[in-house]
Amino acid sequence: MTTRRRSLGLRLLAGAALLAAPAFLFAAEPNAPWRLPEQASTYAGRIDGIFNLILWITGIVFFAVEITLLVFVFKYRAKPGGKAAYTHGSNRLEVIWTIIPAVILVFLAVISQDSWAYIRNHFPASGTVIDITAEQFAWNIRYPGPDGKLDTADDIVTLNQLHFPVDKPALINLHSKDVIHSFFLPEFRIKQDAVPGMTTRVWVQAKRTGHWEIACAELCGLGHYRMKGYLTVDTPEDFQKWLAETAAENKTESK
Amino acid sequence: MSEAVAVAHAHGVHAAPTSFWRKYVFSLDHKVIGIQYMAYSLFMLVIGGLLAMLVRWQLAFPGRPLAFMGKVAPAGMPGGVMLPEFYNSLFTMHATIMIFFAIMPLLIGAFGNYVVPLQIGARDMAFPRLNMMSFWTAVPGAFLIIASFFVEGGAAQSGWTSYAPLSAIQPKGQTLWLLALLVLGLSSLLTAVNFITTVINLRAPGMHFFRMPLTVWALFIDAILLLLALPVLSAAMIMLLFDRILHTTFFLPAGLIVSGTAWTNAGGGQPLLWQHLFWFFGHPEVYIMILPAMGIVSDVMAVFARKPIFGYRSMAYAMCGIAGLGWIVWGHHMFQSGMNPYLGTTFMISTMVIAVPSAIKTFNWLGTLWRGQITFSTPMLNALAFVAMFAIGGLSGIFMASTPVDIFIHDTYFIVGHIHYVLFGGSLFGAFAGLYFWFPKMFGRKMSETWGKVHFWLTFIFFNGVMFPMHILGMRGMQRRIYDYTQYTHLQGLQPMNIFMSFSAFALGVSQIILIVNFLWSLKFGEPAGDNPWKANTLEWQTSSPPPHENFAEIPVVYHGPYEYSVPGMAEDYLPQTQPASAPLGSH
Repeated sequence: MTTRRRSLGLRLLAGAALLAAPAFLFAAEPNAPWRLPEQASTYAGRIDGIFNLILWITGIVFFAVEITLLVFVFKYRAKPGGKAAYTHGSNRLEVIWTIIPAVILVFLAVISQDSWAYIRNHFPASGTVIDITAEQFAWNIRYPGPDGKLDTADDIVTLNQLHFPVDKPALINLHSKDVIHSFFLPEFRIKQDAVPGMTTRVWVQAKRTGHWEIACAELCGLGHYRMKGYLTVDTPEDFQKWLAETAAENKTESK
Repeated sequence: MSEAVAVAHAHGVHAAPTSFWRKYVFSLDHKVIGIQYMAYSLFMLVIGGLLAMLVRWQLAFPGRPLAFMGKVAPAGMPGGVMLPEFYNSLFTMHATIMIFFAIMPLLIGAFGNYVVPLQIGARDMAFPRLNMMSFWTAVPGAFLIIASFFVEGGAAQSGWTSYAPLSAIQPKGQTLWLLALLVLGLSSLLTAVNFITTVINLRAPGMHFFRMPLTVWALFIDAILLLLALPVLSAAMIMLLFDRILHTTFFLPAGLIVSGTAWTNAGGGQPLLWQHLFWFFGHPEVYIMILPAMGIVSDVMAVFARKPIFGYRSMAYAMCGIAGLGWIVWGHHMFQSGMNPYLGTTFMISTMVIAVPSAIKTFNWLGTLWRGQITFSTPMLNALAFVAMFAIGGLSGIFMASTPVDIFIHDTYFIVGHIHYVLFGGSLFGAFAGLYFWFPKMFGRKMSETWGKVHFWLTFIFFNGVMFPMHILGMRGMQRRIYDYTQYTHLQGLQPMNIFMSFSAFALGVSQIILIVNFLWSLKFGEPAGDNPWKANTLEWQTSSPPPHENFAEIPVVYHGPYEYSVPGMAEDYLPQTQPASAPLGSH
């Protein structure tokens, strides 16, 4: 009896894995509309790796549960003269299905923590320092001028145009003038709320040059949907050039 | 048992009322109050659903006019074209109404009130007058929330989470939102006190805690959660109200500049405080909405599998575990809020662990089906759908629990998909199961099984049609609460999927007409049910349908647990709790 039951369990698990495999190949199809966006930052791959691992684990559990449900519902449908088994459960099974999920979940927490600490606790020692102040419904962006310090007269400011050089960490301080906004670069897998009255910090390092968009991810009022900014990742030379041009523009504007 | 309670048991708490007002309007009878709550919550469910239809229209066809709405809501949709602020009101009010005015009163107010005293063998709730007050306090709450649509600036538009400072600087509708929820919170508190007292004091002789049906267990734990969580929300809402009208600055930091001008009452406040207080309530709240459905589904599943609940005690313990752990996970809503990342780690671990009791429950439901004799009645189909859909909602939660993954999917449609699999796939399918299951007890007639099944299948299919793709939108990075996603390059290709979802949503909405018609038609023309149409064991089925005033001719005596189905050696495959077993019952 026990072996028969065990083999049923094994067959169910194997069936779930078999069904899951094509589903995941399907999901991994590179041009599918359901793929995750491009991995434009150095840590995007780490986040996607955990995402995919959780997708695999939950996917197998999902198929195992749903198939078991379907099999039971079909196999144990009421039959004339049939009688249900009289059982109140099994302590051994309760222990098994408490411990296994607990171990898997704690394992997921542990591997998640590694990347969380990498992204949020370990800031690179040097990089391009940028100050971003969000407001309804725009991003005010500020770079230190030639003195290398923020909040001085020679700061270089832009509106909604964020630039930083490739292959070098950008160290971003976020502030807000009015309500909570959230700085979101989908392709860079970075999202951080900008909260009035406090400074929040993120860092990000681009893997290639190009153009992307900044989205606001926290409801901030009627213009929330159009609180869009633009990100350009430059080569170091282009970045310096852009910075110099912007500084010059700032000077003409202030005159 | 106190003397007063003993007297209540022996003689009844109050005489059967005769006047129309006392019998149907200001009734003290938990059954009438339960049905009043049911009417209230189903009405609000329709309103909440209609708001969702408008949200889905805008998401399918951003900016396309909807001519008739230009007449219905000229301020929010001039010429039928939706304004962004109106869109923000719609999703705010959809969630607020569904959570506070539909799901909670349906599960707790309607089923809780109706079923708990019956299932524990009591004549009524412990405090019938308080019970009446609970309902009649909830009514002005509903009036206030509906009235908020008609004030200058429209209804609240800062999301159901109402994050400060946005919620502090919004137009008047937000004040009404706060007042409505404060009033409703008072009503829920009265209910919670009543449930706890009733379950502790009014159980029939022999109804030990571990002989209570899981619905009673669920609602008992629910009431404790409500009692502890709601005051925190109420306090936070009073603080926000003060920030709005008395110029305090609990949530408003110094130097706030709104639209280029300095906000006059700002200084010293902390926006994240609102989030901590809100989610300290808000996370238990999610469990408050799912636990009763879990209880209902367990009761339904034992009846229609003709089997004892697999692991009855671990089911009860799992609910206690959820209730306990539910207090230490709130910070998982705030991983990206600017909260210290070390705290994020703590909350990630507790959040991962809270998935364990849900897993235990799911495996036990499967164990209950194992070697059963399953009949596919409408309540059972809805209960099975609960298990199938709640599994998705539970598993998708693991993605958000992982702090680095949450960086990407936080505030995207992935979350919206997750919450709808829990609250619709879970709570609402559980509520539908309860509705079809207890309708015969409430009204003495059965609902049409055929139309019940049509309603079930259409709901099941279209629910998945609208909710499942939300996960994919989230994976593409589509933010939630966004009026026009076509503004963004990375969301350009998502319109076809949104159109598919919206048409599923419209079909889902239309399918509910079947439920409404079936409900109303069956009240008058349904097949007479008899006392115990499902051959169930629990006490509510051991009295007439509907039960008389004060429920039982004599207070029943309980001999064993609620799920003794298919006991070997018996002719019948069920053994009511009021009937002694002829041989000792197994515990395994």
